[in-house]
Amino acid sequence: MDKKLIRWIIWILALMGLLLVVGLFSLSMGSAGIPFKKIIPLIISGEKSIEYSILFDIRLPRIILALIVGGALSVTGVIFQGMFRNPLVSPYTLGVSGGAALGVSLSIIAGFRILPLAGFLGALGAVSLVYFIARRQGYLRISMLLLTGVMISFIASAIILLIMSLSREHQLHGILFWIMGSLEESNFPLIKLVSLIILVGIAISFLFSRDLNVLSLGEEEALHLGVNIERTKRTLFILGSLIAGVAVSVSGIIGFVGLLVPHFMRLFVGPDHRILLPTSCLAGGIFLIASDTLARTIISPLELPVGVITGILGGSLFIYFLTKKRLKLGK
Amino acid sequence: MLKLEKVTTGYNTKAILNDISFTIKKGDFLGVIGPNGSGKTTLLRVISKILKPWKGRVTLEERGLDEIKYRELAKRMAIVPQRMQELFFSYSVRDFILLGRTPYLRRFQLLESEEDLKVVRGVMEETDTLGLEERNLEDLSGGERQRTVIAQALAQEPEILLLDEPTAHLDINHQVEILNLIKNLNQKRNLTVLMVSHDLNLAAEYCERLILLKEGRVFQEGSPQEILTYQNIEKVYKTLVVVEKSPVSFKPHVFLVSGRNKRKQV
Repeated sequence: MDKKLIRWIIWILALMGLLLVVGLFSLSMGSAGIPFKKIIPLIISGEKSIEYSILFDIRLPRIILALIVGGALSVTGVIFQGMFRNPLVSPYTLGVSGGAALGVSLSIIAGFRILPLAGFLGALGAVSLVYFIARRQGYLRISMLLLTGVMISFIASAIILLIMSLSREHQLHGILFWIMGSLEESNFPLIKLVSLIILVGIAISFLFSRDLNVLSLGEEEALHLGVNIERTKRTLFILGSLIAGVAVSVSGIIGFVGLLVPHFMRLFVGPDHRILLPTSCLAGGIFLIASDTLARTIISPLELPVGVITGILGGSLFIYFLTKKRLKLGK
Repeated sequence: MLKLEKVTTGYNTKAILNDISFTIKKGDFLGVIGPNGSGKTTLLRVISKILKPWKGRVTLEERGLDEIKYRELAKRMAIVPQRMQELFFSYSVRDFILLGRTPYLRRFQLLESEEDLKVVRGVMEETDTLGLEERNLEDLSGGERQRTVIAQALAQEPEILLLDEPTAHLDINHQVEILNLIKNLNQKRNLTVLMVSHDLNLAAEYCERLILLKEGRVFQEGSPQEILTYQNIEKVYKTLVVVEKSPVSFKPHVFLVSGRNKRKQV
């Protein structure tokens, strides 16, 4: 047992180390080249130069946002995959992304400016709809939740297409740009608020890591082991939707992170959610920081949508490991 | 003492069990037999509080199941399901058995305590699963897997063990191995056992008492000698059989009569 705990601590420390390295590297990369060795003195001196301002007013908020959003999407992926016992579920499967995108599209054509709020309300609306449709006589039916979520997402994307076909060119551009997802957000108070909500959500979800272990055996089995499954399912669903909804509302739809990172980490640390949740959180942050760094430097000064990088990079890496190290994805 | 009082229940609006009453005393080894669809598995579900009775009630030491929380129930009663759910993650045998300690862990408790580990070591010895510790669940043979599932149930330290066809899909060697293990637990620990079985001969061999179900009702309850008569089996299973005594245990043994199982009679 002690051996297990030590192994867990080593994983967490290693990922934190990696996070530091990737974070510093990302800080040094960009159109205005600031050499790696100049960063540490800059942090220490705190001198208000242009370079300092580029680092801490432009790049650092973006890195923090990438860390938070990547962590949020990965944790939600772990929660939903464990709860639904399904390896193909992502944070977006249950209507979060569809609802958010619909909210944003509507507010763009209506001329409403506060897009994160519109996105969050859209996500909240879609997920609540899914929840109430899937609920019968006090029971939350897992299969129904999944199917309803997928259908609501489809309906949302159909309506978005309709809106796009009717909108003017600059509005169309706005909608497309949002849907592609971006971590460019200059509003520091907003980043702080989002980080706070997400961190609290992630902290609460850690308290359910053992319940997720039991739930992955099956609902009746979990009941036999004394888990109050209705309360657990309800809490996890609301928690996951909230974390993902908040993340999507600031960053748009950044795909693949929430689907891939949980599988990756399961490959390395095993299926126990007590270690899977914290390591996925860190790994998701690292992965998104790295992807975003690539996205903004690879054809600099132009920027690629970060979702393109997470898809191509994540997908290929995943297939590589899948074939290299036999991964158990169920049957 | 587990008691069913006039329990009627089912799914949606269809009643599967009708007016079922019986009592299991501490240390009993009770078998439930009956044809497919007679309500055997449903009976286990209502006893384990998965299904609620529409009428009547189930009580554990005079307390209705609806007053007992799942968590408390899980410390007193464990169930070995007929067929384990397809697992989406690959647990090691040890981690899987450790999950049996769930009802004893508190919300903020991240790791199992020394006490939990001690209990798990104990049940792994008892079920002979110590050698499988690091193996993955899906790499086990049928017999090893069943021992592991029983070990997880025992890790709950139950007073009552419910088993749903514990020997289905096992060869005779492993059937006997599993049932000897359960018999042993019943005698040494005074564990109360309720076993649903399709195998009349195994049920006769191991159970002290049998309940024969027919179409959701208790057809008859009694010792294997009383229950397993050719008349009863013909009435309930609509099958012609010969019942003899086992030359070893003197328990009844049912022989099929080939080619003549559907006798038409006025």
